[in-house]
Amino acid sequence: MSLSVRHLLSVKDLTKKDVDLILKTAENLQEISKRPVKKVPALRGKTIPLCFFEPSTRTRASFEIAAKRLSADPIQISSFGNSLSKGESLLDTVKNLEAMDPDVLVIRHPHSGMPHLMAKEVSCPVINAGDGINEHPTQALLDLMTILQVKKKIQGLHVAIIGDILNSRVARSNIILLTKMGAKVHVAGPASMIPAGVEQYGVQVVNDIREVIPKADVIMMLRIQRERESASLFPSLREYARFFGLNKNNMKEAKKDVVIMHPGPVNRGVEIAPEVADGPHSIILDQVTNGVAVRMALLYLMCGEGERKIKY
Amino acid sequence: MKLVIINGRVIDPSQNLDGNCTVFVENGVIRDVAKAKRSTNGYEIIDAKGAIVSPGFIDVHTHLREPGFEYREDIASGSKAAVAGGFTTIFCMANTNPVNDNASVTQMIVKKAEEVGLLNIFPVGAVSKGLKGVELAEIGEMVKSGCVAISDDGKPVMSGRLMRHALEYAKTFKIPVVVHEEDLSLAEGGCMNEGRISTELGLKGSPAAAEETMIQRDILLSKLVGHHVHFQHVTTATGIDMIRQAKKQGIPVTCEVTPHHLVLNDEACRGYNTNAKVNPPLRTTKDCQALIKALNDGTVDCLATDHAPHAHDEKNVGMDEANAGLLGMETALPVLLKLVHNKQVSLKRLIYLLTVGPAKIFKLKTGSLKKGWPADMTIFDPNLSNTIDAEKFYSKSRNTPFHGWKLKGKVLHTICGGKVVYA
Ligand SMILES: [Zn+2]
Repeated sequence: MSLSVRHLLSVKDLTKKDVDLILKTAENLQEISKRPVKKVPALRGKTIPLCFFEPSTRTRASFEIAAKRLSADPIQISSFGNSLSKGESLLDTVKNLEAMDPDVLVIRHPHSGMPHLMAKEVSCPVINAGDGINEHPTQALLDLMTILQVKKKIQGLHVAIIGDILNSRVARSNIILLTKMGAKVHVAGPASMIPAGVEQYGVQVVNDIREVIPKADVIMMLRIQRERESASLFPSLREYARFFGLNKNNMKEAKKDVVIMHPGPVNRGVEIAPEVADGPHSIILDQVTNGVAVRMALLYLMCGEGERKIKY
Repeated sequence: MKLVIINGRVIDPSQNLDGNCTVFVENGVIRDVAKAKRSTNGYEIIDAKGAIVSPGFIDVHTHLREPGFEYREDIASGSKAAVAGGFTTIFCMANTNPVNDNASVTQMIVKKAEEVGLLNIFPVGAVSKGLKGVELAEIGEMVKSGCVAISDDGKPVMSGRLMRHALEYAKTFKIPVVVHEEDLSLAEGGCMNEGRISTELGLKGSPAAAEETMIQRDILLSKLVGHHVHFQHVTTATGIDMIRQAKKQGIPVTCEVTPHHLVLNDEACRGYNTNAKVNPPLRTTKDCQALIKALNDGTVDCLATDHAPHAHDEKNVGMDEANAGLLGMETALPVLLKLVHNKQVSLKRLIYLLTVGPAKIFKLKTGSLKKGWPADMTIFDPNLSNTIDAEKFYSKSRNTPFHGWKLKGKVLHTICGGKVVYA
């Protein structure tokens, strides 16, 4: 069995079969992380550049651990230090990467579409580790895995995604993947944070989060990006927490078996109150654990399987 | 020098002329356009059998990049691209380096254009010093040196107060104020039209309203001052309707649309195609349809290409970082003829919008084959198959979304001031 795609650029490209294969592989590989010696030789000798052109401690660490548990050699790259005002030219970056003879490239970039453009230029598979406000496919896969572990199914589940949908690549990937797998997705947040035409994905949009909390089997809270332009999308953190944050109060309306997720890092007291983040419904730390497993599965499937294609 | 064009179908909307005629040119001006057979002895002959003979095309919105960005284009290469596209008159925008905001830059452009000598090049001066939108540029001096209009093109005049003063000042010198409409605070960060497709691609969008709010503001200021505002590259259904309503009320506004906003929509950005990144962005099918309707009902006064050359390095990046703009002059005619072949606009109307339409707005003595007028002419075959090949462009740049398009229509001869400048 192998994936139908060469690169993982968007969850749009994955078939249901691909998703099943990734999750099944992730489950099998998860056992490795529970051993006293957390390492197997599956990808020994494979070189995996982790190109994080935008800072991210969590995703980067997760990929590094995943690579190391499979005995691959992850290489951390943040830039090739070109001083041009526009940043590095795409081609220069690609040439430098190619020269390292990578087996799979993991790319995080502050601009949407960059992994797609690079995938056209390099000879090895590319994993999109988050591009601009576009997508974060590995996050969506690990979220799916986490939901499945608790709920045992996706079909028919009501998932509420709450917060800054506009600037969230996590939201976009999750909306697409969850809908594809049969969940009913609701998005909620101030209208300034809902992207134009989001209805095309078959999601339901509401602005008042109280409308969606009672229906939800899963509530996914998004991080407020204080550092991005989001600052002008809402008046103050205090006001945001009051109207769009998840807290003890509005949780009273939620289903008894609801689960709470968050891609991290959590702004405690803003999008989610501390007692909810650490409370019995929270599965936030499971997401982190599953992140390693899903990324191990992807690295394994994408550089372990099949012959490496050589460009002549 | 005597030149005669025989066997062509002459279409000249300025005289409501459409028929097989012989065009006689002497000393750079039109001597006669004759229906009957007449001796062509002593004339150099161009046989235009199967082709259309029209007044030379006018492009009121191009970027020639000189001075300052000659690696993208210069006055010489831009002139060659223009005549290859059938243009005999073009306007070049002020966003050069240094900015064309004073007489010395205007004079330099005029001088270079004369040296190249292929076609008429009219500079458009800046509205504000350095295009900064704070102080008015030396508008009177520039008009005296050859500028035919003022515009901070690419940089909207965000201050309503400055725009008002610019209109008042321009009124004194009888030139229109030409505007690129975009509320920067609404458009900020957007690299394509905001809508379904931007969401699908995960790209920041610029909403139609960014353009429309500014169009509405300047309609009101045009009314207030009682002076001519010309709207560049209008792209939205609502925006064009505002202009339609303003004209009905007698407010002195005119507008142009570009070929690309007529035939392309935001779907062209798929695949993060930076060649489809333009400013204002490509909108939706609905907007294209509204613009085409406005071509026909008289709301649109002329066509303009917004020819904007960019080097490969400036486009071979992500959508966020890529420069906005595409090449227009060498593809304009075949792209526009697509509308004629699809029966969306008549050939006569199209020629009107490329000739007498723009000439009227800016009071130019060209765009007509009337006796005694300059012999500026374009001869083209509207049916000749033509695959767009960017590698063969005369422009220094290659940024076009039309590369590889199979279209019908090709310029055969361009004649400017009685001289064959392209064949
Ligand atoms: Zn412009």
